[in-house]
Amino acid sequence: MTEAPRTGVYVCDCGFNILGTVDVPEVVRYAGTLEGVSIAREYKFMCSDPGQQLIKKDVHELGLNRLVVASCSPWLHERTFRKTAADAGLNPFLFHMVNIREGVSWVTADKAAATEKAKALVRGGVRRVALQEALEVRREPVNPDVLVLGGGIAGIHAALTMANAGKRVILVEREPSIGGNMARFDKTFPTLDCSSCILTPKMTEVKDHPNITLYTYSEVVAVDGFVGNFEVTIERKPRYVREDLCTGCLKCVEECVYRDARFPNAFDLGLAKRKPVYVPFPQAVPLRPVIDPRDCLYLKFGKCKLTCVDACERDAIDFTMKAEQVKVQVGAIVVATGFKTFDARRKPQYGYGVLPNVYTSLEAERLLSPTGPMEGVPRLKDGALPKAVGIIHCVGSRDANTNAYCSKVCCMYSLKLAHLVHERTGAEVYNFYIDMRTPGKGYEEFYKKLLEEGAHLIRGRVAEVTNAALSKGERGKLVIRVEDTLAGFVRRIPVDMVILSVGMEPQADAQAVRRTLNLSCGSEGFFTELHPKLAPVSTATDGVFIAGACQGPKDIPDSVAQAGAAAAEALALVDRGMVEVQPYAALVDETLCSGCKICLGVCPYDAIGFDAEKKVARITEVKCKGCGVCVVACPSAAIDQRHFRTQVIMEEVAGVLA
Amino acid sequence: MTREYLYYPGCSLKGSGNPYDRSLRAVFGTLDLRLEEIADWNCCGATAYLSVDADTAVALAARNLALAERQDGRDVVAPCSGCYLSLTKAKVSLEADPALRERVTAALKTGSLDYRGTARIRHPLEVLMTDIGAPEIRKRVVRPLKGLRLAPYYGCAILRPYEEVDDAHTPTVLEDLMRTAGATPVDFPYKSRCCGGMLTSGVPGIGLRLVEILLDAAADSKADALVTTCPLCQYNLEVFQDRLRKDRPERLPVLYFTQVLGLALGLSEPALGLDQLLWRPALAVEVRR
Amino acid sequence: MGAERTVKYEEELDPTFAETVAAVPGGEHLWDCIQCGTCSATCPVSLYMDRTPRQIVGLVRAGFRDEVLGSRSIWLCTSCYACTVECPAKLPITDFMFALKRLAMEDARYRHFVIPRIEEAFVKMVRANGRLTESRMGMKVAFRNGLRPLASLVPVAWRLYRRGRLRPLHKERMRDPASLRAVLGALPGKAKGASM
Repeated sequence: MTEAPRTGVYVCDCGFNILGTVDVPEVVRYAGTLEGVSIAREYKFMCSDPGQQLIKKDVHELGLNRLVVASCSPWLHERTFRKTAADAGLNPFLFHMVNIREGVSWVTADKAAATEKAKALVRGGVRRVALQEALEVRREPVNPDVLVLGGGIAGIHAALTMANAGKRVILVEREPSIGGNMARFDKTFPTLDCSSCILTPKMTEVKDHPNITLYTYSEVVAVDGFVGNFEVTIERKPRYVREDLCTGCLKCVEECVYRDARFPNAFDLGLAKRKPVYVPFPQAVPLRPVIDPRDCLYLKFGKCKLTCVDACERDAIDFTMKAEQVKVQVGAIVVATGFKTFDARRKPQYGYGVLPNVYTSLEAERLLSPTGPMEGVPRLKDGALPKAVGIIHCVGSRDANTNAYCSKVCCMYSLKLAHLVHERTGAEVYNFYIDMRTPGKGYEEFYKKLLEEGAHLIRGRVAEVTNAALSKGERGKLVIRVEDTLAGFVRRIPVDMVILSVGMEPQADAQAVRRTLNLSCGSEGFFTELHPKLAPVSTATDGVFIAGACQGPKDIPDSVAQAGAAAAEALALVDRGMVEVQPYAALVDETLCSGCKICLGVCPYDAIGFDAEKKVARITEVKCKGCGVCVVACPSAAIDQRHFRTQVIMEEVAGVLA
Repeated sequence: MTREYLYYPGCSLKGSGNPYDRSLRAVFGTLDLRLEEIADWNCCGATAYLSVDADTAVALAARNLALAERQDGRDVVAPCSGCYLSLTKAKVSLEADPALRERVTAALKTGSLDYRGTARIRHPLEVLMTDIGAPEIRKRVVRPLKGLRLAPYYGCAILRPYEEVDDAHTPTVLEDLMRTAGATPVDFPYKSRCCGGMLTSGVPGIGLRLVEILLDAAADSKADALVTTCPLCQYNLEVFQDRLRKDRPERLPVLYFTQVLGLALGLSEPALGLDQLLWRPALAVEVRR
Repeated sequence: MGAERTVKYEEELDPTFAETVAAVPGGEHLWDCIQCGTCSATCPVSLYMDRTPRQIVGLVRAGFRDEVLGSRSIWLCTSCYACTVECPAKLPITDFMFALKRLAMEDARYRHFVIPRIEEAFVKMVRANGRLTESRMGMKVAFRNGLRPLASLVPVAWRLYRRGRLRPLHKERMRDPASLRAVLGALPGKAKGASM
């Protein structure tokens, strides 16, 4: 502070929001009596154009060098008034905002108490602003390349959108092929489009797109840096097949020493088998085989006739391949890692894994799929067609004992499965639900269609599936015991096959992924968006966006919409060419630092390093977000924070309490 | 190593559950587990008192726990599953509700009893399989019950709602005990489906149907006997078979798990109260004595 | 052919009923019920009830006091706790049933089922002796059900008696039941809707 403060104080009525509770004229009068205050005014809506003009006029005519606006929350209008200050030629950080709406008028009933509180806060603000210093917003350049983590429908759509905008996109997918869970579905609701038919063209587009670099069978293991300047380390698992040499003829698979497929195929959820060398499904992208080291004789024991190598005309099989790491630099990251299904073994009442012919919904998709183990016609274990099928909604969801939330998509997909099962097998289908949730476009109509088709929709949550028969008609069947709450009777319904509509959960490694990316998650494990209403695809980590089921259970249209939104926000960030870094960084006073390193551990943004020579802590300002934890943690009081200096904060507190 | 426990028999074990009392004492004695009956215990209240007054129900149960604590605070073995649940429920309620705890401890104090909430209530099935454990018990088995097919019937109280003895949906401890005794547990679908409780006496039209479901399933699974953990379950499953199976000659023996274990440990049928049952299991000659 | 109306007007409901029933540990979950029906589906006796457990919960919440306390359902509950374990909203349904039994017991209009009579006899015997003599209890119950069912029990009763499992001549009792009565008497009296 080199000059005497000439502060302008502006108290907003905010219509009736503040004026209705706080005696604004009195606060203005009071502010005028405070030391350093040149002018104090009241206005109906300070954030409006005339309101801002008022401030600018005063700055010019009265030579103000500090501004205080007492109105709403800084979250709403701090940026507005900082711009006003800048427009008036004042450094934007010589402005301070005092919240007398969310913090006073909206939470205090007593007018006298509210007014006193407003006066105290304004007093604190005036004393604070006098000690504030001029600061400059930093601008850092942004790398125009982007990374998409996850190659399901959301990741694919985000990648294509950004690639079409001319950006270089790196798409990283953990499985040997992109496509995600959508590649497993037979048909999609409500249109009953064939899932592969609408997905595979997009997969091919990804493969052929000149701007997309596709790393499949790979995982992101480290993310360093900050918004606009991320360094991502990708670990590529060894396929033992050279992608650049292989043409996808699949002769190696044909000629493998294993004449028959013997190992459970993860894509088919273990319902079909594959050989040690395999492609997960015929439309895989890239169409390149993978050799599983847990199953391949040569990789396990070093002994094999290697008929695959003989069969390959391009010498593409390479058993010496090792995991390799690739480092890429990107400006933004879109996380679209998808979901997994609830483990139905956690509900032993339904007999999954114990009773025969009990499947999860995802397994049912494979049974209904023309490329699946039953070629599209679900049959019982003995090969017969089922005559009656029960579909149980809400398995694992809406249950305080497992997952409390509703998984959003299960009612729709259960109705879809009901339709398809009946179409393929002619079976009577019974759906057991708690509530029928079909809110999307065309969804209620789909529900109506199922009602008209004669599906038996029974409102009641199933207590158990049992094979213990209590009558002749139940022998050899799976019996579902349920209360038909609409009809008002407890019923026992014998069926041949049960499909469990399992809920959606975060991926098993979601916690590891979010730590790598520094994301928050909710109590159920889904990644947290920045604001539930107004910022659904950005996160608290600048430059990292989320899209699709990793953010919460949702269907394909919503996943694609979010992917587009995330792509747009990433593009907006990257196209701006630079990021503004708020000058709130902490700084270390090296004369006071004792080199104890406590601050290194407490920084959530990994922004503090150690100068081994000087034996002092060193803050990387571009990574510092100004959270203040290190300031508090330092036992030598050697760290202070710009714009929130200890002295400044204490002055504000003293002002409030005076 | 001698282990010591306090013993809360409950009203049933003095009456219809007498074989349980006998076999339990015999088995515990053989395994060096000492049981000392709680001095002047009173009825646990069962479910009847909860239907009349909550405070009284809790106080009844708590008096026994306070007696146990006074007697030196050893673990309390409560063989009747109903008593086990009543006592446990009272303890849990007193922990959860400070106002209730105040009322009940004050009332007990007038009887010179000091309730502290430290007594541990345990079911003998859990005591045997935890404190001794299957490997140790197996060492003491002299007459493995080879070929004896047993249907495990846990009843409700030891599994629900507290799940302290085993998991409510997939319990296995009773089958483990059977295997330790050398017997073969059969696949029984109604391991903890209600036996009817008091309904078999109060509303037989309903209660007996519940019993019939269990008996039919046991017969279907080709069990040689049903094994129970509770005197009311044992009674319900045993005494109505004449009525329920008027048209059929076969009767299913209903044993206590302590009797099963006792036979494997080499104890005689009379010592285990097997001669008190209405239907006796057909055991191989070398097993009977 | 009579004309029975089943409409219920708001003034006939009891708005305090739900709070009273919910005064058991975990009772606040009463309002979490989503009427899924799992309780009814798992209850072994729901098919015999005039109102299923789910319906009872719904009626309690809405204040249908007379319908609930006058139902057979609450007496048929054997407290097997299956509903409590299965409920996805963590309602302590069995404990609600006990609370309803207690409320019904207080009202002479609802005590005419056989089950509350049995429970009253149980309580009386325990108050007098501190313990239950099973055989005597059994006889009291048997007499209530009438002479024909009693007759069918005689052969079994005889065989149990012969095997020492029925001892009607031996009264099972504490040394000093009066001390028990004194402790129970020191409780502050039947607090309405007390915990549990």
